[in-house]
Amino acid sequence: MSDLTSPDPHDGHPDTPASVEPVTDPGLPEHTWRPTDVDEKAEKRAERQIVGMFMLSIVCVIAFIAVYVTANVGDDWTTILGLGASNVGLGVFLGLALLLIGAGIIQWARKLMSDHEMVEMRHAIASPEEDRAATLAALQAGLEDSGIGRRPLVRNSLFAAVGVVALSPILMLRDLGETNAQVTANADYPGAGLEHTVWEKNMRVVRDAVGTPVKASDLQIGDLVNAQPEAIFPTKENGYEDLEGAALQIAKSKAAIVVVRMEPEDIIPGEGRDNWSVDGIVAYSKICTHVGCPISLYERTTHHLLCPCHQSTFDLADSGRVVFGPAGRHLPQLPLDVDDEGYLIARSDFTEPVGPSYWERDSKDIGDQGEADV
Amino acid sequence: MSIDTSKVATTTSGTAAVSGQPTKVGAVALWADERLGLGTAMKKNLRKVFPDHWSFMLGEVALWSFVVLLLTGVFLTLWYHPSMSEVTYEGSYAQLRGVSMSDAMASTLDISFDVRGGLLMRQMHHWAAMLFIAAMMVHLLRVYFTGAYRKPREINWVIGSLLLLLGTLEGFTGYSLPDDLLSGTGIRAADGFMKSIPVVGTYISFFLFGGEFPGESIIPRLYMIHILLIPGILLALIAAHMLLLVAHKHTQWPGPGRTEQNVVGYPLLPVYMAKAGGFFFIVFGVTALMGGLLSINPVWKFGPYDPTKVTAGSQPDWYMGWPDGALRIMPGIESHIGSFTIAWNIFLPIIVMPGVMFTILLLLPFLESWITGDKREHHLLERPRNAPTRTALMVSLMTYYALMWIAGGNDLIAIHFDMSINQITYILRVLVFVGPAIAFYVTRRWCISLQRHDNEVLLHGRETGVLMRSVEGGYSEKHEAVSPERAYTLTARPRDEVWTIAGHKDENGVQLPTGRFAGLRERLSRLWFADNVQKPSQEEYDEAAAHLAHADHEEHAEIGSSSEH
Repeated sequence: MSDLTSPDPHDGHPDTPASVEPVTDPGLPEHTWRPTDVDEKAEKRAERQIVGMFMLSIVCVIAFIAVYVTANVGDDWTTILGLGASNVGLGVFLGLALLLIGAGIIQWARKLMSDHEMVEMRHAIASPEEDRAATLAALQAGLEDSGIGRRPLVRNSLFAAVGVVALSPILMLRDLGETNAQVTANADYPGAGLEHTVWEKNMRVVRDAVGTPVKASDLQIGDLVNAQPEAIFPTKENGYEDLEGAALQIAKSKAAIVVVRMEPEDIIPGEGRDNWSVDGIVAYSKICTHVGCPISLYERTTHHLLCPCHQSTFDLADSGRVVFGPAGRHLPQLPLDVDDEGYLIARSDFTEPVGPSYWERDSKDIGDQGEADV
Repeated sequence: MSIDTSKVATTTSGTAAVSGQPTKVGAVALWADERLGLGTAMKKNLRKVFPDHWSFMLGEVALWSFVVLLLTGVFLTLWYHPSMSEVTYEGSYAQLRGVSMSDAMASTLDISFDVRGGLLMRQMHHWAAMLFIAAMMVHLLRVYFTGAYRKPREINWVIGSLLLLLGTLEGFTGYSLPDDLLSGTGIRAADGFMKSIPVVGTYISFFLFGGEFPGESIIPRLYMIHILLIPGILLALIAAHMLLLVAHKHTQWPGPGRTEQNVVGYPLLPVYMAKAGGFFFIVFGVTALMGGLLSINPVWKFGPYDPTKVTAGSQPDWYMGWPDGALRIMPGIESHIGSFTIAWNIFLPIIVMPGVMFTILLLLPFLESWITGDKREHHLLERPRNAPTRTALMVSLMTYYALMWIAGGNDLIAIHFDMSINQITYILRVLVFVGPAIAFYVTRRWCISLQRHDNEVLLHGRETGVLMRSVEGGYSEKHEAVSPERAYTLTARPRDEVWTIAGHKDENGVQLPTGRFAGLRERLSRLWFADNVQKPSQEEYDEAAAHLAHADHEEHAEIGSSSEH
């Protein structure tokens, strides 16, 4: 259909004269008719295919309903290939029903609807000159009428008013939550605020899932125990106040520790931390100082603890120093002691905030953090 | 009943058909027009022409997967409880019965095990989300590599980039909602990201979590963001994206009869409506099949969130992988200034770097048109090879993305390929800088050599694979001139014009004022086009055509004469 080319076949760059174009536009190629356009048999066949697909789609929906009412979910689910039969059946039949409708419509478009390419002319995106001029004039007239240029005091005070009004919704976001300072000051729950945990002097170290206290003599060299403070598991005997809901989650998220036992001579105690271990037993915060994932991958021969999130690695024999990875700070160490019954207890809370760094954190070197209150 | 082939419309211009008898459809249209007055707009748009190419379908995949997300998402809201209050799970999944968990997690388990089709909807929703973001990314690459973002479509590029950013955030807020161990670990890390922001970090964190992490507000707040705030903005932006697409008319590939002034293709009604509508069902059907057959995010295997627990190989969804990789390979640098701490090791890779990358993405069209000085409208697409620097720039960015993404899986690579994680990390720290540079250079030279090849085909003909033996016994391959259509398509591109200060003149040749960075601009423009191969001039082409015809003639003559002997 070469008569369909645009008036200027030499492409659209007004600044490029046509003569430098090496090849002239041969125009749109001749349209070729499809079998379905000219052969009645082919047309009928396509029609049958399309109707067939739509009908088959209905069959799939019936199968879908059948699966919905027959396949079990809940306690005893039927399985196909180890997968839930209900899910597989519903998914497959819904999928097929939809795919058949889609394929049918597209087949209809491709085989039976006209495949004749049409040409539409483009128009400049920008408005015509006179429209622009008229709009600018209208804008100018409107602005003049309003006097927004002539009355700067009115204009500026309006801007000021709207700006101040806009502050009110932002102000109302204030009660989204208490700040760290408020949380710390209010102390509505034990260990409130970023600089505190529920650990305190003489609190027993207990196993994290069951809450049983850890006897120092029960730990073998190379053992690792995921532990919590006893306050996480309040009972009548230990007398700790009830913890539940958010307070419990917050307490767990900061107080979690790992307790490991190594050869006492392997330990290089940090400055002022000579008495923080008990017979080679040391405890460190389980919360990574990078972005706060709980750390748990321990290599007993090297005493290295690796965070599974971003692979920061800490040396538990050397004050939790970072030996590899993106963490910028050593793991906080919990000073340990044993009580009269031989159970592990804390000498104090952590001497520095646990978890990820933040702006207000007054980070100090290990030697400058002061003693645990013994 | 075959079509009368002489009566098919070939253009949308010309007079509209007027029917004598009003049809039923016509009556409805009249009723509507008397109330809505859409007749004028519809006159042009009902039979609007859309060009056809497989790559134009990628944006459609994104659009339709968004619709699937809306449909399946509404379904999920009927059963999901956005609450962190602690409940004891008593549902059908035996392994977790009696375990205390948040109501959010328990209701997610109920959807998965006790609502018929619930697991299907959950899995379809998650698969559609992956498809949505993947399709947006590939669509973005298509638009970029073909130069479809050039004037007048820069604003649509910006809208599209915002859609990608919001889609990513929407994905994060969505996969956090089940409150399982994996997603909780993600929220835990996000808390660390926020806290790393200097001065305001803890405030942002405490406001978002309603106090200290984890609190009991984050799930309901993420839920509101996930089902109302971001989808609302996404819908508005998608509408704007589509309206601009219609207003600009779609770009097309150059070819015989396809010029900057026209658009050649099929009419919206019925062909494109049918194809696009049918394609919706295809996308919907594919996600249904995936939801039925491919397990995704089995939260019951991870268990409920517990801030003291974690699983090895914890990773975010794939589209979050590249900033996570940056976080992994960043050296652990932290500054203590007075009594304050700046965690560069978190702040730079996870807050600053993605922001910088996104800004670069937004600026690409403006950067290119500033460097090239090209202020023309472009409706014809360019082959990637014909804009070597543009292509190389994106391949370079893609290489950076890919290396960061690989870094996000450094632990898995170490395990599966039995390599040292330390070495992988050290190597990647270097590669993220060197790799993109190498990729840029290689891609650029590759494009230029492809341009040379195009000119060779144009001037010396295509290789036919027919070997000729000359009288002297030498062998040569017969070359054949390409068809006029192919030759036209190969040359249907503008010649590159370097922007220079000297050339910056108005129509009367008067020097125009240049900006402060004109010198830099001129140098960049030269570098941008350096070594690009231009299409042959008319003389070169005619000469080569004559030569080809002559060679062909000689061969025939030789064959003719040898057969006479």
